[in-house]
Amino acid sequence: MQSFEYASPATVDQAVRLLAAEPGKSAVLAGGSDLLALMKDGVERPGLLVNLKAIAALRGLRSGGKEGLRAGALVTIDQLAADPGVRRDYPVLATAAGHVAGPQIRNVATVGGNLCQRPRCWYFRSGYGLVPQRDGKSMVVEGDNRYHAILGNEGPAYFVHPSTLSPLLIALGARVAVHGPRGEREIELAQLYRTPRRDGERELTLAPGEVVTALLVPPLAGRRAWSYEIRQRTALDWSLATAAVVLDLQENRVLAARVVLGQVAPVPWPAAAAEDLLRGQAADAIDAALAERAGEAAVQGARALSRNRYKIQLARVAVKRAVLAAAGQMAQSG
Amino acid sequence: MVEYNWPDAASRRLIGKRISRLDGPAKVSGAAKYTYDIQRPGMLHARALRCPHAHARVRKLDVSAAERMPGVKAVRVVHAEGAEIQWALDEVAFVAAVSEDVAEDAIRAIVVEYEVLPHFVNEERLEQAPKVNPGDEQTEGDPAGAMAAAAVRVKGTYGLPVVAHNCLEAHGHVCEWTGKEELSTWSSSQAVSGAAAQFAEGLAIPASNVRVVTQYMGGGFGSKFNIDSWGLECARLAKQAGAPVKLMLERDAELTVAGDRPSAFAHIEVGAAADGAITAWISDSWGSGGLGRAGSPPIPYVFQVPNRRHRHSSVPTHTASSRAWRAPNHPQACFLTLTAIDDLAAALKMDPLAVLRKNLALSGKLARLYGEELDVADRLMDWSQRWRQRGAATGVVRRGLGLSLHTWGGRGHDSNCDVSIYPDGTVSARISTQDIGTGTRTVMAIVAAETCGLPLEAVKVEIGDSRLPTSSASGGSTTVGGVSSATRRAAEDALAQLFAKVAPQLGAAASDLEAADGVVRVKAHPERRLPWRQAARALGVAPVTARGTNPGPGNLTNSGSAGVQMAEVELDVETGIVRVVKMVAVQECGLIIDLTTAESQVYGGLIMGISYALSEEKVMDPVTGRMLNVDFESYKLAGIGDVGELVVHMMTGPGYDDRGVIGLGEPPVISPGAAIANAVANAAGVRVPQLPLTPERVLDALAAAGSGRTA
Repeated sequence: MQSFEYASPATVDQAVRLLAAEPGKSAVLAGGSDLLALMKDGVERPGLLVNLKAIAALRGLRSGGKEGLRAGALVTIDQLAADPGVRRDYPVLATAAGHVAGPQIRNVATVGGNLCQRPRCWYFRSGYGLVPQRDGKSMVVEGDNRYHAILGNEGPAYFVHPSTLSPLLIALGARVAVHGPRGEREIELAQLYRTPRRDGERELTLAPGEVVTALLVPPLAGRRAWSYEIRQRTALDWSLATAAVVLDLQENRVLAARVVLGQVAPVPWPAAAAEDLLRGQAADAIDAALAERAGEAAVQGARALSRNRYKIQLARVAVKRAVLAAAGQMAQSG
Repeated sequence: MVEYNWPDAASRRLIGKRISRLDGPAKVSGAAKYTYDIQRPGMLHARALRCPHAHARVRKLDVSAAERMPGVKAVRVVHAEGAEIQWALDEVAFVAAVSEDVAEDAIRAIVVEYEVLPHFVNEERLEQAPKVNPGDEQTEGDPAGAMAAAAVRVKGTYGLPVVAHNCLEAHGHVCEWTGKEELSTWSSSQAVSGAAAQFAEGLAIPASNVRVVTQYMGGGFGSKFNIDSWGLECARLAKQAGAPVKLMLERDAELTVAGDRPSAFAHIEVGAAADGAITAWISDSWGSGGLGRAGSPPIPYVFQVPNRRHRHSSVPTHTASSRAWRAPNHPQACFLTLTAIDDLAAALKMDPLAVLRKNLALSGKLARLYGEELDVADRLMDWSQRWRQRGAATGVVRRGLGLSLHTWGGRGHDSNCDVSIYPDGTVSARISTQDIGTGTRTVMAIVAAETCGLPLEAVKVEIGDSRLPTSSASGGSTTVGGVSSATRRAAEDALAQLFAKVAPQLGAAASDLEAADGVVRVKAHPERRLPWRQAARALGVAPVTARGTNPGPGNLTNSGSAGVQMAEVELDVETGIVRVVKMVAVQECGLIIDLTTAESQVYGGLIMGISYALSEEKVMDPVTGRMLNVDFESYKLAGIGDVGELVVHMMTGPGYDDRGVIGLGEPPVISPGAAIANAVANAAGVRVPQLPLTPERVLDALAAAGSGRTA
């Protein structure tokens, strides 16, 4: 591991000042479940590591009322899964959080870290960057892309966004609080992500010195939601395709629908065509056939690389099952 | 004259019973010290600079900056300027330093440039291979004629990829020079005696000056027979630095260069009569085990089809050499053969269990054992009641049943055991063998205690040290046979010496005595007895020691085990995800010394087999030639939630126990690939021809057959 300086500020402002002083050379340490491995592998080589864990203000978790959920960036995934308020007000979120990795990871991994985690692309993890190129060609396209993007894959980025919570949170309308040198701002969670256009560009929209400090989720307020992950192994495995579906049902009609896919594109992928299809439908008309059409709509425009055609099918099925589960038409599992 | 045989069933108190491994508490409490745990005063840590290219020439190499770094005590170049490197992550240079961090820093300070050369790493694409080494063709009978005459013929292409050994303890050593030409090592080795010889030869020092210790090891599976280049370099670094050096492989190197199982792919055609009797076999297979030749799987497996032709070719790839992987060549041969026969059964619309029974005579002398085991497995899986034709299952989530069978050799390896009986009544048994994880200490203690009529705790077992009486490598399921028979002979001979001393006190001839139930007594007059400790006092001040060897007198071991496995799976045809619901393993291995550790072998084999059936493969990147999944996140090992219900049944009693001891390490890992793949074919209605059975391969097979569901 490359030598680095370590700072453990007591306030967010101090953290931001430290990070801003070394733009591009500093990294934020929260749970450390992934960052430390990346540093050991030489993929991340920060000159300065800013530990957030001493900042008590980032630990709060409250749920309920018209404010909804506010989870500090340091709230662990296990807390999110086990918190009585979250389980009461956002059972779907508690369930999804309980499916992340395994118990040891959930005990240390944080909400902020989950949302800001680096992609699992094996070229990235082998040190070739997020947009790996060789001889003017994409290494992903030419190489083994079985876990890579089927949507938003015009290039040069082909990795997939890794979080299994972000599609659900985006579908729920979540926002994040971001602290930076110019103060605090709140953005839609979806706005946190972007597809890099060239090597060296980050997959997050955070400006130098900015830190995600909290996750904000509006009340479920009668909306029905489900997130369906397709993983090969039962635990400690990454989802091959995730679909989050949120249905706003009013008087037996789908007033609004959100469908967001994960692990299919470099960013959490909103499936507008599927949303359009579901909007206006009678709730009791949501059956397997309609859910299947929603799945079909969600993968419109999907494009297979040499080894990932199967992921189009998986994304389709994930949407179908999430729609049915959200509508209460199917056992809520997965 | 002592006769050497195993006690009969009625008199066994320990052999064949369920006995937990004696070193279990030490292992779970952390008291057991593995090579990784060894800390020596002043010990240095070594790291390697590894080539990131699959094929390259070292154009420039400058280690001077590393040598100058504070804390760096030794640097050694393995591939100098001009040297050609043939696989990714091969070592270029090693550094020993005061800490792992300093060693890492020093590695980064080495200046190296490569000339990148063309590579080939994806041997599945045979047509792209720059070179193929054709193997010998083996022909019996008239395969073409018999095939033409067959009532039913099936043709298919099947395959399974290269998989790694995944020893949880990586390869590595701690080396310490105790004199100018005297070396001590702690090595994660499955060949303690052999490792000492390898160090001596590689370092040109007297073999008698080398001591290798392997008290505990975290898995070998066939990949730890050799001390490897890094073993010698560890010793050389220690010599150069004048301090002990620890060199353990990082996980990426462990997965990439420390051994793997060769791949195997095959075009197969099988012919049979209408009643299922297999009459003809023609296959053309290939695989890769690195740059050298891969082993040739014995195809067709188990069934000696009367008319058969088989050819196997090796495809050289720029990957490190394959190594013996638990039952070398057998998982491949079993998968390729038993899947093809399963497809034949499907074409005949016959139950594959009936097809296997129909053809058992082709398995030769194991036919009786297979027949009995198939009956037991049938009952434990409720196969005959529940089996339905391939493709009969409907719906999104479908169940399927599959089966397979396997064989292995397993006679005992060469071993020397010293058993001593001390005047205070204590007993020790000593062999330089290693416990690769199977329970070797426990087996030796059981045999020595049983022979001396003593409780297990009365015997002290010493293993894992090359200074102890020589033993062979733990390979080919030969350890239990070697150590149990050598221990039995040694204990019998030591007893004979004791009896000679005790005989006068009991007024009998030594040959009329026996040791049982904690006493030495006259066989014909059991009331004439001495408690063991009192008897041992007859030895005076010095212990008696006897050396038992294997091979040796008496028929204590045997070869040729038979096993049957059945799998039940659940297949989601929309996602292609396979879950193993239940596995039944029916296994014989002659006389079982410890039923608990024997069953553990089978459980472990099943889990390892489920893992390679469902999710394991070394993903080789066509672009860089590197292995892409070099951690346990992306190299997918089955977890506890993935293995389903495991039912293990060991065949024991008359007809089994009397065969003698047969090794068990390899057999249970052979069949799972075929059994699970056959269960998936039964559920899916189509053959998924290649392992691992990932969603990608399953969905591709369903789509190709037009039976996939779009959502």
